[in-house]
Amino acid sequence: MARVWIFGQDINTDQIVPGRYAPIMLKNEDDLRLYPFVEHRPEFASTVRPGDIIVAGNNFGCGSSREYAPLALKMVGVGAIIAPLFARIFFRNALNLGIPCFTADLTSQLADGEQVELHLEEGRITCADGRELALPPPPTFLREVWAAGGIVPFYRQHGRFPGEAA
Amino acid sequence: MAQTLSEQILSQAAGKPVRAGEVATVAVDLVMMHDSLSPSIIKIMEQELGAERVWDPERVAVVVDHVAPAATVQTAEKQNEVRRWVQRQGITHFYDVGRGISHPVLVEEGVAQPGMVIVGSDSHSTAYGCVGAFGSGMGSTDIALAAATGRTWFRVPETVLVRATGRFRPGVNAKDLALRAARELRADGATYAAVEWHGVEFLTVMERMTLATFSIEVGAKAGLVPPVGIPQVAPEWLRVEEGAIYSRVVEVDLNTLQPQVSAPSFVDNVSDLGDLGRVAVDVVYLGTCTNGHYEDMAAAARILAGKQVAPGVRLMVVPASRDAMLRATEDGTLATLLAAGAAIGTPGCGACIGRHMGVLGPGETCLFTGNRNFRGRMGSPEANIYLASAEVAAATALAGYIADPQDVL
Repeated sequence: MARVWIFGQDINTDQIVPGRYAPIMLKNEDDLRLYPFVEHRPEFASTVRPGDIIVAGNNFGCGSSREYAPLALKMVGVGAIIAPLFARIFFRNALNLGIPCFTADLTSQLADGEQVELHLEEGRITCADGRELALPPPPTFLREVWAAGGIVPFYRQHGRFPGEAA
Repeated sequence: MAQTLSEQILSQAAGKPVRAGEVATVAVDLVMMHDSLSPSIIKIMEQELGAERVWDPERVAVVVDHVAPAATVQTAEKQNEVRRWVQRQGITHFYDVGRGISHPVLVEEGVAQPGMVIVGSDSHSTAYGCVGAFGSGMGSTDIALAAATGRTWFRVPETVLVRATGRFRPGVNAKDLALRAARELRADGATYAAVEWHGVEFLTVMERMTLATFSIEVGAKAGLVPPVGIPQVAPEWLRVEEGAIYSRVVEVDLNTLQPQVSAPSFVDNVSDLGDLGRVAVDVVYLGTCTNGHYEDMAAAARILAGKQVAPGVRLMVVPASRDAMLRATEDGTLATLLAAGAAIGTPGCGACIGRHMGVLGPGETCLFTGNRNFRGRMGSPEANIYLASAEVAAATALAGYIADPQDVL
């Protein structure tokens, strides 16, 4: 089971990891795992479990290009992020790191702290009360990158960019 | 079929005509990386991609601007690693501490040119649209891949058109237009799209950069001003085409535009300054790639000339580049600012990322000429950041509360 973490809209990358906690500012870069939502939601980093799901409002990840924002979420094992709209740089960064992102508005259908089961392959969430929520499948070229585990493994495997003719 | 500026540039870079909505692999003309993310980019290149060399050392630019000069032993050490890597790679466009923020620097150096595809490890890489380049920000992995291969992929964006008519009244400028557009489009209004700014041919290149950098604040992939009326020469294939399709058009009448202010803590939380009520400030911060240009310092100096910053207010001025600072030194602008009570910082990103050079403490209120007022952006999450133009900044520094330049001019 995965815990649902509900976030509001326009969550920016300064809220995910403030610039003051960038890897270059840290003595030990692995400490980045201590800082996702360090100020916005201080209990997150110590409570989140691998596989947990972030369910957010519109425009998740807006602001800076810092890849260490999704990287920090990956380090603590966030299993998927679901939002009606992702800021584009964040979306690319998450894709590149292999974090599944689904474009859907589930903030009113799920509650913070709710335990659910995420079926990644089928694009489906099963709630504790048996409700099933469908996750719209991402475009094929994005799914290919995601399946490879990120853009670097994809490029190394295929020698081409997503969407480019083989 | 008529194309938008983004479609024209990406068609050239893809080597075939492309239209909005298509996914295209394109050749990049320039890859920019800065000190904050270069260490991670180099690591991804070397350890994950197995790429020892950049694809072209003359088309990768490295700029030390994010923590310049180094604020801690760690940042100093990381920057030295980057310097050694730059030397090993034979990178020609390397700009070290004090040269300024990557975006104005690459324009001043003539490295960024109209019609180019430029990707940078900084979200404000939309800035290069000030000369009619397709500039786009990306994260470390995308930049590592682009630096190693000279290529990247894009979904060709739709274009949102912001069409300005008329001329600014005194005390109103490009920043007010940018904030007005954000007020209309909201923070996600141009997500996955490009913005074109029309009707602003009378602006200088750096004034255009205010508009181009602000394009990311409405979610845009790129933000372009048509490259006419500037010293840079555009390729002949690059021009606004009658019949190009815009997904949305926002009209702004400059004749009636009032000074705009974005209140904490969302960029699109914008109102007319006159509707704001009285907001006392502790700090006025003039700087960044959005509004730390010569034009901004000169406009502030015209308001502050012969006067003093209000008691209890700290005025920080951090020039966007050495060129801007040099020009402001030579014509007395900087002397005027200093005499009025300003503190001057090293050209660079300054406190915009909340790491050094004037970070805010809990409970402080700052009038900032930058582009982000997110909670915690400039330091304490308990600080309040208001965004406005350099002219509003100067008027505010004099009054001690957020003030209309018209009232002090």
